[in-house]
Amino acid sequence: MTDRKLSYAGAFNEAVRQAMEADGNVFAAGEDIGAFGGVFGTYAGLQATFGVDRVVDTPISEQAIVGLGIGAAVTGLRPIVDLMFMDFVCVAMDQIVNQAAKLKYMFGGSATLPLTITTAAGAGLSAAAQHSQSLEALLCHIPGLKVVYPSNPYDMKGLMTACIREDNPTVMIKHKRLLGMNGIVPEENYEIPLGTAHIARSGKDVTIIAYGRMLNESLTAAKTLAADGIECEVVDLRTLQPLDTATIVASVKQTNHVVVVHEAVRFGGLGAEIAAQIQEEAFDYLDAPVMRVAAPFSPVPFSPALEQYYVPDALSIANGIRAVLERSLVGR
Amino acid sequence: MELTRDVQMDLHRRMVRIRLFEEAAGRLAEAAKLPGFLHLYVGEEAVAAGVCTALNDDDHITSTHRGHGHLVAKGGDFNRMMAELMGKATGYCKGKGGSMHISDLSLGMLGANGIVGAGTPIAVGAAFADKYRKRGQVAVAFFGDGATNIGAFHEAANMACALHLPIVFACENNEYGEFTRRDRTMAITDIVDRAVGYGMPGVIVDGMDVVAVHEATLEAVARARAGGGPSLIEAKTYRFYNHHGVQNLGLKYRTDDEVAVWKQRDPIFSFEEKLIDVGTATAADIEQVWSALRDDIATAIAFAEDSPLPEPDQLLVDVYTTKASIGMNGGAS
Repeated sequence: MTDRKLSYAGAFNEAVRQAMEADGNVFAAGEDIGAFGGVFGTYAGLQATFGVDRVVDTPISEQAIVGLGIGAAVTGLRPIVDLMFMDFVCVAMDQIVNQAAKLKYMFGGSATLPLTITTAAGAGLSAAAQHSQSLEALLCHIPGLKVVYPSNPYDMKGLMTACIREDNPTVMIKHKRLLGMNGIVPEENYEIPLGTAHIARSGKDVTIIAYGRMLNESLTAAKTLAADGIECEVVDLRTLQPLDTATIVASVKQTNHVVVVHEAVRFGGLGAEIAAQIQEEAFDYLDAPVMRVAAPFSPVPFSPALEQYYVPDALSIANGIRAVLERSLVGR
Repeated sequence: MELTRDVQMDLHRRMVRIRLFEEAAGRLAEAAKLPGFLHLYVGEEAVAAGVCTALNDDDHITSTHRGHGHLVAKGGDFNRMMAELMGKATGYCKGKGGSMHISDLSLGMLGANGIVGAGTPIAVGAAFADKYRKRGQVAVAFFGDGATNIGAFHEAANMACALHLPIVFACENNEYGEFTRRDRTMAITDIVDRAVGYGMPGVIVDGMDVVAVHEATLEAVARARAGGGPSLIEAKTYRFYNHHGVQNLGLKYRTDDEVAVWKQRDPIFSFEEKLIDVGTATAADIEQVWSALRDDIATAIAFAEDSPLPEPDQLLVDVYTTKASIGMNGGAS
């Protein structure tokens, strides 16, 4: 393995490029992804290589973009369609929820939808309430969809490759503030299986469950707490649907304390589901309630002065962990 | 253009197939033998038959909530259709879709659809794939007048034209969006007026005249196959029954007189008169078509009634393409 470094955005781009080189049925479509290379640069250079028929600039029409992907997928192609900002998923919700997710089931299994929907989520750029949301819980709630959210460049390439090869409609969520993150990414093609979480850091005292950018904030918090003698195990979910409950439960059984972290609002977020599954499967192992560190129940504010209090960070995560340990039935 | 006798008899047969299937489904619904909603296509047969007779088996169509006629016209199997309407394991969708999601991908029929207008973007995707593969296939999006008021239709029509895709937008203007007259929900009279806004040719045809629908479709399909891009066909038609169910008269939102006027223009009977008048077929030829197809319907009903219901263990099958790791909780098992 080489130690070639690539950005999160570059890893995404390379996964798409290699998939398009390997399979003539793979094409990409979305707003500004062709000549411009995507507003986040994630599709840069692909149209120059593969042409306007395989890297397609579309109208600003999110329903039709997803519909384009559904119709092409169900008739045998392997589309990648881009919804620029995750907020725009809402514009395409009928096509995603009522069509893509259900076609196979409604048709008695006869349909196959190898469709990847890519989008960019997350706050922290003063993009305000309609360009900053984390709506992954909405998607995870829909049977028929898979939802993927990488936290680093290596995982990005392996997960995006898996998404494109996947025979189900899958939403690949990129975090906008991770696009420039660099990391070692092998040049050769590889795949990280969907539905497998990763232990990003081992520890015996408390389990932090996170994904996307919050995974990195959690690692920072874990490092800080280690100085105080608190050893955190950090679970990177990588795939949110299907959820790797087995890895979560195994970790909880070792640490007996859990904090779930996400940038989405706390109420009805993925943390609620994870907490419920933990108490169903590992209730007897818990020494404290499962706690959540997440955004407050408000739209994402515009002003940096407010936004910095909205998004969880290493400090608020560390505070959450201390709070869990303070409530522990087992005195430390 | 003079259609051959074979084509004319094909048009006729497809219409009769639709009529017989729908009338049988209506009777079964009245007898409480069909669960769920039933949107009957009776009265609009000339549209599905006229369009689909201009298509090849590997051309694609998307359909609507009123979708039985489209599947029948594309060659759908009575047995599997009737079994699906009854929720049986032998149905097209193994009892998981029902009337509103009936489909046959092997015939290029990409599904009836419970969401108004939602099939149109999917047809755009099929047309994109057709163009991408360069095999000369085309896609047809069926939709009603009401669907042209929903955003998905606008996005689909514009994108199809922007990408110059091989697609035909086939509008069944039956003058009612569910239970509301069309003129209450749009300020234009002709749906075809919308076509110019997307930059595609549009034509109005008599949707009760199967030959007119067929000839307009031949032209639009030829244009699409030749790389000439999308077209819109507005077929003026009428549903003889209610939006759903089997009531046809005594409805609050339309008069019985109006129904009677449209029924005088019954697409099947009027075509049969022409076939006999010009000597293309005899009354006996026509009766033979009906009687053979009545036998097929009886067989289909018996097949469906004798078929097993889906087993409970089928509940979670086909949520995903590989069973893999999805359990009841949506988590990995």
